Amino acid sequence: MLLTISTTHEPATDLGYLLHKHPDRVQEFDQSFGRAVVFYPEASEQRCTAALVLQVDPARLARSRGRRSPDFSLAQHVNDRSYAASSLLAVALADVFGTARSGRCRSRQELADAAIPLRIEVPVLPCRGGPDLARRVFAPLGWRVEAEPVPLDERFPEWGDSRYVRLTLSGEVRLADALNQLHVLLPVLDESKHYWQGTDEIDKLLRSGGDWLAGHPERELITRRYLGRGGGLASVALARLAELGGDLAEDPAEDSPEPVRAPLRAQRREAVVALLSGLGATSVLDLGCGTGELLAALLARPEFARVTGVDVSARTLQAAERRIGLDRMGERQASRLTLFQGALTYRDERFAGYDAAVLMEVVEHVDPPRLEAVERVVFGEARPGAVVVTTPNREYNVRYPGLAGSPNGLRHPDHRFEWTRAEFAHWCARVGAQWGYTVEARGIGEPDDQVGAPTQLGVFRRD
Amino acid sequence: MGLVLLVGVSGSGKSTFGARHFAPSQVISSDFCRALVSDDESDQSATKDAFDVLHYIVGTRLRRGLLTVVDATNVQRDARAALIRLAKDHDVLVDAIVLDVPEQVAIARNRARAERPFGDHVVTRQARELRRSMSRLRKEGFRRVHVLAGAEEIEAAQVVPERSWNDRRDLTGPFDVIGDVHGCRAELETLLADLGWELERDEAGRPVGAAHPEGRTAVFVGDLVDRGPDTPGVLRLVMGMVGSGAALCVSGNHEAKLVRALKGHAVRPTHGLAESLAQLAAESDDFRAATLRFLDGLISHYVLDEGRLVVAHAGLKEAYHGRSSGRVRAFALYGDTTGETDEYGLPVRYPWAREYRGRATVVYGHTPVPTAEWVNNTICLDTGVVFGGALTALRYPSRELVSVPAEREWYAPVRPLAPAVPDREPSVLDVRDVTGTQWVETGLAGRVKVPGVNAAAALEVLSRFAVDPRWLVYLPPTMSPAQSPPSGSAAPAREGLLEHPEQAFAEYAAAGVTRVVCEEKHMGSRAVAVLARDPSAAERRFGVGDGSTGVVHTRTGRAFFTGETGTALVERLRERCGPLFAELETDWLVLDCELLPWSAKALGLIREQFAAVGAAAAASFPALDSVLEAAAGRGLDVADLAAWSRHRAGNAAAFRDAYAAYCEPTAGLDGVRVAPFQVLAAQGRALALTEPHPWHLERLAGLGGDLVVPTRHRFVDLSSTVERQEATAWWEELTAGGGEGMVVKPAHPVGPRVQPGLKVRGRDYLRLVYGPDYLDALDALRERSLGRKRSLALREHALGLEALTRFVGGEPLWRVHQAVAGVLALESEPVDPRL
Repeated sequence: MLLTISTTHEPATDLGYLLHKHPDRVQEFDQSFGRAVVFYPEASEQRCTAALVLQVDPARLARSRGRRSPDFSLAQHVNDRSYAASSLLAVALADVFGTARSGRCRSRQELADAAIPLRIEVPVLPCRGGPDLARRVFAPLGWRVEAEPVPLDERFPEWGDSRYVRLTLSGEVRLADALNQLHVLLPVLDESKHYWQGTDEIDKLLRSGGDWLAGHPERELITRRYLGRGGGLASVALARLAELGGDLAEDPAEDSPEPVRAPLRAQRREAVVALLSGLGATSVLDLGCGTGELLAALLARPEFARVTGVDVSARTLQAAERRIGLDRMGERQASRLTLFQGALTYRDERFAGYDAAVLMEVVEHVDPPRLEAVERVVFGEARPGAVVVTTPNREYNVRYPGLAGSPNGLRHPDHRFEWTRAEFAHWCARVGAQWGYTVEARGIGEPDDQVGAPTQLGVFRRD
Repeated sequence: MGLVLLVGVSGSGKSTFGARHFAPSQVISSDFCRALVSDDESDQSATKDAFDVLHYIVGTRLRRGLLTVVDATNVQRDARAALIRLAKDHDVLVDAIVLDVPEQVAIARNRARAERPFGDHVVTRQARELRRSMSRLRKEGFRRVHVLAGAEEIEAAQVVPERSWNDRRDLTGPFDVIGDVHGCRAELETLLADLGWELERDEAGRPVGAAHPEGRTAVFVGDLVDRGPDTPGVLRLVMGMVGSGAALCVSGNHEAKLVRALKGHAVRPTHGLAESLAQLAAESDDFRAATLRFLDGLISHYVLDEGRLVVAHAGLKEAYHGRSSGRVRAFALYGDTTGETDEYGLPVRYPWAREYRGRATVVYGHTPVPTAEWVNNTICLDTGVVFGGALTALRYPSRELVSVPAEREWYAPVRPLAPAVPDREPSVLDVRDVTGTQWVETGLAGRVKVPGVNAAAALEVLSRFAVDPRWLVYLPPTMSPAQSPPSGSAAPAREGLLEHPEQAFAEYAAAGVTRVVCEEKHMGSRAVAVLARDPSAAERRFGVGDGSTGVVHTRTGRAFFTGETGTALVERLRERCGPLFAELETDWLVLDCELLPWSAKALGLIREQFAAVGAAAAASFPALDSVLEAAAGRGLDVADLAAWSRHRAGNAAAFRDAYAAYCEPTAGLDGVRVAPFQVLAAQGRALALTEPHPWHLERLAGLGGDLVVPTRHRFVDLSSTVERQEATAWWEELTAGGGEGMVVKPAHPVGPRVQPGLKVRGRDYLRLVYGPDYLDALDALRERSLGRKRSLALREHALGLEALTRFVGGEPLWRVHQAVAGVLALESEPVDPRL
C-alpha cells in the first residue's frame, strides 16, 4: 500500500514537476477499490521523496469480484491487498503518474529524458521467489537491489520468512522507465492479479515493457508471470475442499519444483513410446495422463490407433485437451483419442480392452495402503496385454542437490514415496506373480555407476 | 412385462384394438414413429428410420420392464424376427395377436381413410404375406400366438394380463431361505426343527411335509438332490412342503441334470448323480414319476416380497430379475460362467455379486463357501453340508442366519471350499458408484441430488487424499450460523457483533425447539475417529485385514497423521475410550471430534493464508507511520490518513492475535488433543440418529486423560430469559478468552427442516474469516445470505447420517461410500466460505 520515490538530483524538488504532483500538497485520487494519496514526506533541494499510499477499502475490493471470480474462497476476504504492493498499487501508479510514465514533462523535458539518481522503497512487496528473484528481475535494469525478507510472525520464529520483502532500489534511471518497470514488475513478482485478464494484456505488456523487456535476461519469466495462467472455474471446487480440510490447494501438475528437467521428461516419454511400439500395441491407455504429454507423442505415431487418457482431475483433462488441440483436430484423428475422468482406486470397465496401459510417474502419488487397490484395478480388472510403469529411483536423488531442501526429501511434494531399485524390483515381482504378468525392469536416463538411472521402468506382459 | 406384437394387414383394426385393450403409452405404432421422423405418417420413404425409432423405444421400455405393444402390420417374417430378437435381448416373452379380417373389409376401411393414399394392391400384398406366415408363426419364438379370425372375434376378444411364473411379488413372507441340501435329509430335518417348523410324517415315520406355526414360508435355493445319503427323503419332504404351499423351490443345476437322466437322456452320472439314481431306483414308479413331475416343473428363480427378494440357485444379476429367457435360466442355474474351467475341472464363474448394485436382496447357493457372507446385498447359503460343512438358512426379513453342522462328511469335496467373494476388496467399489449425477436416497431428507460436477471434484479428493474407503463411514456436514434478525430490529446487545447467541436461540424457538445445548466450539480441526477394538474387529466389521485398527480423518476424509503417529493416535484414543466400548457393548466406535490445536493440521494454511496477511500488515503500518510523521512534520495535513492508519493497524493486530491463539507447537502427538462431542455409531446402532445430544455428552464426559479434552457445554431452556442470558454471558466469556465461540443444537431430535446445529462465533475469531476490518462493514455483512449454506447443511447432514445408517445396517460398501462421497461432493459447492 506504500511506495516512495526519492531523488537527490538537485534541485530535488523538481521531482514534483516530473511526477506532475506538487510537493506541498496532499492529493487524493479515487480508485475502484478505494483511494490513492500522493504526498511528499520530504522535499528539500538536496532530497525529495514522493509517497504513494493506497487506502484499500476491503469491502469494495471484495464486492468488485463476483461469485464467478476464480478465487471464490477465503482469500477473497482475507488477503494482503490492503497492505502489500500488489497489482492494485501497479494500477494506481499507472493512473496517478500516467503523464510521468509517458516520459513527457513540458517544463523539464530534459530532466524527464535523463537518467537521474532515484531511490525507490517498497516496504512490503509480495515476491514469490524470494529476495533472489527480486534481484534477478531488477538488477539487469541497472538497479542496486536491496531485498530483505519479512518474517512471517516474530512470535513463531520457526515459521521463517513470509513471501514479502522490503525492497529498496537505487540507481541512475530515467523516471518514466522506473515507473514502467514497477508497473510491470510489481504484479510479476506478486504473481497474482486482481482483475480478469484478456488478450489486451499482451498489448499492455508490450506498451510498458517494449523498451527494456526485450533484452531482459528474465523476459520469459516476466512474460509468463505477467500474463498469468488463466484460472478456471473448475479449480474453485477443489480449492474450497482443500481449504475445508485445512490445506492449501496445490497444483502439482503445473507447479512442479521437480529438479528433473525437460531432458529426462523427454527421455522418459520417448522411452515409453518406443517400448509401446516395440510391444506392438495399437491401443494404449494412459492412466494418470496429466496434461497429455505422452498422449500427444502417441497420437503423432500412426501405429497407435486408439489412445485413451485418464486422469483423476477434470481440470487437468481440460488442460490436456487444450494442449493436444482436440478441437482443432480433424474428425478422423480426433476419433483416435478419448479422454475421461477416472480414478485408479475404483474399478472401471472403461479401462478394459487395451493392448497396453501406461502408469507414467503415477504410482508414487498413491498412498502405500491404497496401492493394492490400484494394482487390483489395473492388473486384476482391466488386464491389459501389457502394463508399463515408470517411477523415480530414490537412490538417484543424491544427484539432485536441490532436493535437500524439499519438505519430504522427495522429488515432488505430492509424492507419497519413492522406491529404491530393490524396492521397485520387489514390487514388480510381487505384482507380476500375483496377477500373472511377466516382468522386466530397467532404467531410463543416463545411468550412474553407483545409484543407477534417474527413472525406473517396469514392463509387465500378461502371461 | 413383456412384448405383444399386433399382426394384421393395414385396415385390420390394430390401432382400434390396441387403444381398447392397452394404455396409450403401452402401444407404439409404426405410423406414429413414421410421423416422428418425417412429419407424415404415411411417408414410406421414412420407414427404415421410423423402425429404428420404434425399436429404440420398444427396447428402452423392455429394459425398464414395461409391457409394450407394437402396432405395425408385422406381416413380414423379417419384421417380426427383429422384434422377437429385441424381446430376447431383454429377456422378456413375446406374444402375437393376429387380427385376421377379410381382405375386402380391410380394403374398404382403407378407402374410407384419407390419410392412407395407397392402393388396394398394398392390402392384397400384405394379406398374401400374412397367409404365407400363418403356418409357421408358432415356430418363430412367440410364447403364444392368439389368432382372432374375423371382425366379430376381434370385437369380442378380451385381454387378460397374466403374471409370469417367477413373479411372486405378492408373497411377502416371512421366509426361511434354505441352502443347498444335496440329499442330507437328517440335517434338513434338524434345521427345520431349529427354525420352528413342525414336520408331518407318514406311517413309516418319513417326513412328508412341514408347516410353520407362525405361517412362515420356506424357500429352497435348489440342489436338493445328488451326492448325499437320502435324496428321495429330501424330495419327499420338500415336495410335500411345496405341494401344501408351505414352501417354494427353485431348480438347481443338479435338478436339471437329474430331470434329463430321469427322462432317459444320456447323462454322465458324475457329481453325485449316480447316488441319486441308485437311491431313486429303490423307490416306487409312482414316486419316481412324481419326482420327475416336480423337478421338471421347477422354475429358475422367484421374485418375492414386492420385488425386494430374489431367490435363484446360482444367483441372478439385476437385469435378469423377473425375466424369462434361456440365458436367464442358464445364469440362475449355473451362474455367470465364462466357459473356462479351473484346475479341478470345474467351471470358472464370474463374480457377478461383486458388481451387484441392485436394491433386491439376492439369495442363492450353488458354490460352497465356508460361511455365508453378505456381498453387496447378496448372500450364498451353500455352506457345503454334504461335504461335511453345514446346512444354512436365512431368516427373512430379519436377515438372521441359522446353521446346523453336517453329521459327517457325506461326499468328498472336489476342491476346497472357496471363500466367499469378499465384499471388502477395495476394488469392489466401481467408479460408477461415485461419478456422474447421483441421487442418493436418505432416510432423513428423501432423495438428495449430487450434481455430476461436484461428484467429479469429490472423486479427485477421495482418490488422491482420502483414507481407505472401508474406514470412511461418515463425513460431517457443513454448519450454518444463525439467521440475523431482519435489519433495523437489531437488539442493543448485538451492536458491534455479527453473530450472537440470541440469534440461534430465537431461530430455534421459532422452529418449536424448547431446549438446546450450547457446546463450546473448539478451534481446531474437525476430526472423525473410527476405532476398532482389535485387528479382528477391524477385519470383521470394516473388512480391513492389514492389522490396522482405525483411523482419525479430517472432514474431507484425509488422515490427520500417517504412519506410526497415526497408529499411535488411534491406539491412545481407543485406550481412552475403553469405558465406552464396555458400556455400549461394541467392538467398534465412530466418534465426532475436534482435534486441537488448529496448527497441528492447518499449519500450512495458517502460515500461507493468515500469518502472511498478518506479516504484510505488520510490516506496512510502521513504514506508513514514519512517512506520515515526516509529512506532518513538514506541515502537510495528513491527520485523516494517520487516523485511518492507526485504526487499520489496530484491526490487523487483533487479527494476528486471533490466529496466534490457536497455534501451539506440536511434535508428533505431543501437544495434540482430541475433543469428542458425539458418539456417531457403534455396533448395531447409528447413535447420531437415535440418541439426543445430552446422551452423547454424558457418555463422553467420563473420558479424560492427557489426550481427550472435554467439550464444555450447558443446556438452555429457551422459554427462560435467565438461562438465555446466562448462556450469552458464558459465550462472551469464552470468546473474550480467545475462544472460537459455540455451537447451539437442539437437545432432542427435531424434524428434517430444522438445522442440526447453528454456530455462533466470537467477535475476534470472525476476523479470520471476514478479514481484519470486517467490523467496519457490519451493516452490509448482516445482510449476508444463508439460504444456500443452510440448505447444504441439511442435505449433507442427511447424507452423513444415511452413510452411518447404511454402515450400521451392514449394507454393502458401495452404498455407504455413495453417501459419504455425496457429502464431500456437496461440500465442493461454491458457497460463501465465510459462513
